[in-house]
Amino acid sequence: MAISMRTAPYRVHRDPDRCIQCQVCVRQCANGVHRWDDEEAEVVSEDRECVNCHRCVVYCPTGALTISRSPLDYAANANWRKPDIDQIYLQSETGGTLLTGMGNNRPYPVYWDHLLLNASQVTNPSIDPLREPVELKTLLGRKPDSLELKKGTLAEPVPPQLELEVPVMFSAMSFGSISLNAQKALARAAIDLGIYWNCGEGGLHPEMDPYTGRVIVQVASGRFGVNMDYLNAGAAIEIKIGQGAKPGIGGHLPGEKVGPEVSVTRMIPVGSDAISPAPHHDIYSIEDLRQLIYSLKEATEYRKPVGVKIAAVHNVAAIASGSVRAGADYLAIDGFRGGTGAAPLRIRDNVGIPIELALAAVDSRLRAEGIRNQVSLVVAGSIRNSADVVKAIALGADAVYIGTAALISLGCHMCQKCYRGKCNWGIATTDAYLSKRLNPEIGARRAANLIQAWKHEIKEMLGGMGINAIESLRGNRLALRGVNLTSRELDILQVKAAGE
Amino acid sequence: MRRRVVWKEEACIGCRLCEVYCVTAHSRYPGDVLKAFKRDPDRPVPRVVLEEKGPVSFALSCRQCEEPECVKSCLTGALGVDPARGVVVVDEQHCIGCWTCIVACPWGAIRPSRGEQPVAIKCDLCLGRLGIPACVGNCPNEALQLQECGKEG
Repeated sequence: MAISMRTAPYRVHRDPDRCIQCQVCVRQCANGVHRWDDEEAEVVSEDRECVNCHRCVVYCPTGALTISRSPLDYAANANWRKPDIDQIYLQSETGGTLLTGMGNNRPYPVYWDHLLLNASQVTNPSIDPLREPVELKTLLGRKPDSLELKKGTLAEPVPPQLELEVPVMFSAMSFGSISLNAQKALARAAIDLGIYWNCGEGGLHPEMDPYTGRVIVQVASGRFGVNMDYLNAGAAIEIKIGQGAKPGIGGHLPGEKVGPEVSVTRMIPVGSDAISPAPHHDIYSIEDLRQLIYSLKEATEYRKPVGVKIAAVHNVAAIASGSVRAGADYLAIDGFRGGTGAAPLRIRDNVGIPIELALAAVDSRLRAEGIRNQVSLVVAGSIRNSADVVKAIALGADAVYIGTAALISLGCHMCQKCYRGKCNWGIATTDAYLSKRLNPEIGARRAANLIQAWKHEIKEMLGGMGINAIESLRGNRLALRGVNLTSRELDILQVKAAGE
Repeated sequence: MRRRVVWKEEACIGCRLCEVYCVTAHSRYPGDVLKAFKRDPDRPVPRVVLEEKGPVSFALSCRQCEEPECVKSCLTGALGVDPARGVVVVDEQHCIGCWTCIVACPWGAIRPSRGEQPVAIKCDLCLGRLGIPACVGNCPNEALQLQECGKEG
């Protein structure tokens, strides 16, 4: 076999003074980096297979391991960077499309980091959330154009709403893309927190039955796992049109990952590829989308909200407007930094637009058309912390979806190798041995802790602005100022520059 | 009250950190893994052993039986039940290393120690060493718990 021209991207350092030869690292690495050498009677490491997931580093009881980027570099070249050259070597060997996982990692601007929040000084009092209540409750769903009262009560019932204690939800991640234990962890946390989790396009595994009260069920182009029980189980139904990490691209769960459990859940034979087509083959227009939305509403007797999830692409505002007019009760918009279990690298890194600009454009458009009340906006695509949540709400979002942040709380170390199915943290895998590594009880505790912490921080930021209910911040772009942004970007964001 | 370490098979990931921390807790340096493995010339063998087949694994240690076969079989009376602390104990001064207990234990939870005059060693729940057993306190996936139990469960 011809020699591979690729070199190890990471280097594993084992401190011989600290290594006690316990072999915990050997057992923890599914990539086979560490192995026991009988002849030398010691553990040895092979850099080439290391993906820098830190599993061995965290588990080493004596802190003997560290991992660093390989210092090996090519001749300095500002145009041909290391990844550009390495990717060509890899494609020359395989002839295949490059795959990756998680969200876009390229150095595009992060607009959240160019937006700053306001605070009260002298002329308006700030609020201490430890002494006074600050309300974060959020209702997602269509709001009526007007309310009519008859004898002091509503004449017509309000359309179905999702009630969130914090305006944060766990975004769609199917069983198959993540382990059942990961889904259980998020589902339990969602129930504890009074928010929602989303089962993605993969159906509901029977073991998820106890957690259906707070699930949003997804109907995507492959229609996997969709039946009446599934639709009725969900608190809401979400039609997935696109995903921020791979707009315009379908899904492909390779047959190797379709074991007996995934097979039952997706309702496909064991070992068969689960292919979600790029488009829904029954949706080629807004009118077609309307048909599916109302089919689902009819099927569930108008008892639950039906949302539509789209990727943030160039004409997102027009698509959003059409989707609202098609009957969507909430609209999930996934920005170009959104995560994925597997996507072609070129798509992930080059397609779509930033969620901040998409959100501002959609909110402005829906307001201009007078239909903003007809829909709730849920934004996704790299919400990293509570400040991002507050900024998103001020830009016009009703709530946010978090996927990557939720997985990091479960232990994800962002190695971006989810597509291999060998996740050492037991998250992006369906392997029985690896899945056990995520104890759903611990995971649920950690995910719930994260959102509780964000809840405190959101209240603190709202209080600082003198706002005692998140409703008062929603779409209030005066609470934001931009730094280091062009006037065109500020126009689109409809945010003033700092100092204005 | 009888106590023992119980495992959650579905959460055991087979990392063997329980063994590492068991060895450390019973070494001359109970709080220092590095010194226990690098400096202790009489580093003990672990009293908890990982049983593993495919994805199924669990950390086996003494079940602290209600009517222990090992105690019944012991030729010298070195093995006994400490009712106050709810644990089966070995009096190492009286153990002659005949291994009758090892043969008698239906769980395979007793092992010979290292050294010139090996004695039977088994899980002592780290009594007198730590607040909770080292394996329980250090299981990274919370697969081990200290259980208080009445009759054989």
